[in-house]
Amino acid sequence: MKARNIIEILDAEVITEGQDLEIDVTTACGSDLMSDVMAYAGDKEILLTGLVNPQVIRTAEMMDIKVVIFVRAKKPGEYIINMAKDKGIILLTTKYHMFVACGKLFSEGITGGDERIE
Amino acid sequence: MEMKELSSESIKLCYQIPGNDFTIAGEASSNVKKMLTQLGVNPDIIKKTSIAMYEAELNAVIHANGGVAEVEIDSNRIIIKIKDEGPGIPDIQLAMQEGYSTASDTIREMGFGAGMGLPNIKRYSDKLEIDTKPGKGTMVTIEVNCQLP
Repeated sequence: MKARNIIEILDAEVITEGQDLEIDVTTACGSDLMSDVMAYAGDKEILLTGLVNPQVIRTAEMMDIKVVIFVRAKKPGEYIINMAKDKGIILLTTKYHMFVACGKLFSEGITGGDERIE
Repeated sequence: MEMKELSSESIKLCYQIPGNDFTIAGEASSNVKKMLTQLGVNPDIIKKTSIAMYEAELNAVIHANGGVAEVEIDSNRIIIKIKDEGPGIPDIQLAMQEGYSTASDTIREMGFGAGMGLPNIKRYSDKLEIDTKPGKGTMVTIEVNCQLP
């Protein structure tokens, strides 16, 4: 799907205005623990998290994550927004809880990439 | 601060890692990622190098009040040295175990300190050396094999 589709599915708000929302996204992960996100470096294009700090954007940068979705209506401040824009990372916020937000994306075809620890 | 030295054989970069500044932590790794991208290094290699360096950089910020990062990129490998003058690691075997951490609650609330840092560094390095002296400091040397295009 396109990043734009996430907005409808999660009734999300775009935090970083002016970015290209026509990019393709197919895989996601959801975590509040950034080291866990980085432990499994397979292709992940979306990160869902309830954590709001600059290191979320750094983690996304290192992992080549294109879209960060803040769940539970969380919103970052200017510093984080500018950092994301600078790195070309799309920030969205949704009022859904983590579990529901992940479930909604999964049911619309977004997968976890490498889905199990082997 | 960045210092760059270009020669025909290798690229050398050096960064100061400011201590206890969680806002800008990761800036050195971010710069190295940009450099590797400019050099046209394979994206999977860039990702593993970036993650390993970022975790080591964060460790220096979290545990050692910052340090220095020296990066050398030559035609077949990337060598990253993160040096600090922190408390050292008393038991490396224990520190390498997933889940073991001495980080503060504040760090945990930021999404780190879950005892995944060193295991992640090992996971993404082709070679990892940890030279640590309790009370004196630690030098983490990460090597990633890579063929420059």
